[in-house]
Amino acid sequence: MREAKLHAGIPVKPVYGPEDVAGIDVERDVGRPGEYPYTRGIHPHMYRDRLWTMRQYIGFGTPAETNARFKYLMAHGQDALNVAFDLPTQLGLDSDDPRAEGEVGRVGMAIDTLADMEEAFDGIPLDRVSVSLTINGMAAPITAMYFAVAEKQGAARERVVTTPQNDILKEFIARGTWVYPVEPSLRLVGDLIEFSARNFPRSNPVSVCGYHIREAGCTTAQEMAYGLAIAAAYVELMLARGMTVDEFAPRLSFNFTCWGKIFEEVAKFRAGRRLYARMLRERFGATNPRSWMFRSLIGGGGSAFTVQEPENNIVRGAYIALAAALSGAQTMALPTFDEAYTIPSPKAQLVALRTMQICAEESGATDTADPLAGSYYVEAMTKAMEEKILEELAHVERMGGIVEAVKSGAIQAEVARQAYLFEQRLASGEVPKVAVNCYVGEGAAAADPEVELYAFDAGVAEAQVKKLARVRRERDDAAVAGVLRRLRDEARGSGNLMPVIMDAVKAYATLGEIARALKDVFGDYKEPVKF
Amino acid sequence: MKVLIAKPGLDGHDRGAKVVAQALRDAGVEVVYSGLKRTPEEIVAEAIQEDVDVVGLSVLSGAHVLLARRVVDALRAQDADDIRVVVGGIIPPRDVQTLLGLGVTGVFPMGTPLPQIVAAFKEERA
Repeated sequence: MREAKLHAGIPVKPVYGPEDVAGIDVERDVGRPGEYPYTRGIHPHMYRDRLWTMRQYIGFGTPAETNARFKYLMAHGQDALNVAFDLPTQLGLDSDDPRAEGEVGRVGMAIDTLADMEEAFDGIPLDRVSVSLTINGMAAPITAMYFAVAEKQGAARERVVTTPQNDILKEFIARGTWVYPVEPSLRLVGDLIEFSARNFPRSNPVSVCGYHIREAGCTTAQEMAYGLAIAAAYVELMLARGMTVDEFAPRLSFNFTCWGKIFEEVAKFRAGRRLYARMLRERFGATNPRSWMFRSLIGGGGSAFTVQEPENNIVRGAYIALAAALSGAQTMALPTFDEAYTIPSPKAQLVALRTMQICAEESGATDTADPLAGSYYVEAMTKAMEEKILEELAHVERMGGIVEAVKSGAIQAEVARQAYLFEQRLASGEVPKVAVNCYVGEGAAAADPEVELYAFDAGVAEAQVKKLARVRRERDDAAVAGVLRRLRDEARGSGNLMPVIMDAVKAYATLGEIARALKDVFGDYKEPVKF
Repeated sequence: MKVLIAKPGLDGHDRGAKVVAQALRDAGVEVVYSGLKRTPEEIVAEAIQEDVDVVGLSVLSGAHVLLARRVVDALRAQDADDIRVVVGGIIPPRDVQTLLGLGVTGVFPMGTPLPQIVAAFKEERA
């Protein structure tokens, strides 16, 4: 008989039966959808009341180009946006900074000043559309720009719904868009959470991400464990500022990955919801049920897609969408079949959106809440996954807690080690990948020359630099200098920096100027290089 | 044999770089990893200081041609063009020839099997 094992290392038996769920207290551990501990989902009727939000990740080139693609997706039924920023923007460099050369508008849209943000959301009513901002190190100034645009549009503050990612701990572990050292970076995370909770009550000022850590190589159980540890670190950060947990926890949200190994993903999310609810209620004393709810964007894992025979990724995407639906996603996004090649083409984007819509409307997965509940296998795996996640959390504690593990580089090294182990399992065929390590026919396929590659236009940088120069010319330089001085002064203190950052963006200070002012005070992060 | 695995530019995705670094180390190669967001000048300085045989650049952002050119040029300017340069990452097929034309001696586009990358590094020793 063939061996079977989850990515988390849990062995799978050929058959499950009543004996495998005998130790589970159904009332206490599984419960009902919409009820503590939310193993079965955070809403009583799940998708019967409200379908997940479809939120494809997009952004490239100039704000005007991105604005046009936003409108294309919305015209085809996408109901919310998920914005990609280019690397200079993510790192606080203006488009005319020498270090930005070759990167302006490449992996996302370029934002230098409030004028760019105004253009990106031109004609998109921010009191009606919810927008995720994939921004971390620069979350404070970019979200300030977003709030400023919403204000200019006349949107009521309580109707503005934005989710800046604002999860710097995972950037130190995986995605790499850190700028400042760990402690001042955490302060900025806290400033945005606090400011948002007090002023934009429906916005979600942090999206805790397991996604990127898993995509960087860790296992499913580690993804959930690290995400929960990061969430706990942010809760502690806010409690230390004197906020009560129920003031901010209802607006904490999550962003996790999902691959096509359906039952493992379902077990991961069911276990994660249960653990999070218990952590918030029992450890942090939250009393508002909304504080106990693990609300998640489930994003299909781009690294599950292959360069070989890219059309196969459409099929992988369909299984991923089904897994995410069965996992109880609030929001879903899928990678596109050309993911391994390029910035997605409009056609690939449309196929991804259609995949989610077909899953929602045609598969029947949305007809009833948590349809896999009560399955011997799924309940037993949920329990096994819970135990594995707790083991991984104990490992994080042994590393000194998540913040210390990030500072020392121990957790980065563990993720890299797992990535290498996974690669070896792919090479040995232990993890099968069709058309990659099995059923390859006459040798492995090379890259498909038919995939339409995004034509990066070098003119984007030129246009962006020209616009930046015009904004600099037309603004009140003395006002900008004054507000940047104030920003430096306040950064030396310990107060919330969001109000002064709001003033800076409204004065059309550039993102680079704001980032530099903070760097003058906070300094640079020195990466602990371990592998 | 000694190799510097380096991440030039602003891209923060280091899974591939670290996997290749570990595979090379297991294959008996001495490996130095630069860490993220190094400038071409910093990479060249580190390559010379560490006296490596090969620099492996990992770029996933799309800026690979510009960054590889900078590294090759800077090695030449330092009279260190005996140090070979190879490039991996999201390299579209159309850019492979361009990179080779710059003087890069090996290109590993997405989907290249790990053993093939390790073997290619070892051949660079010659």
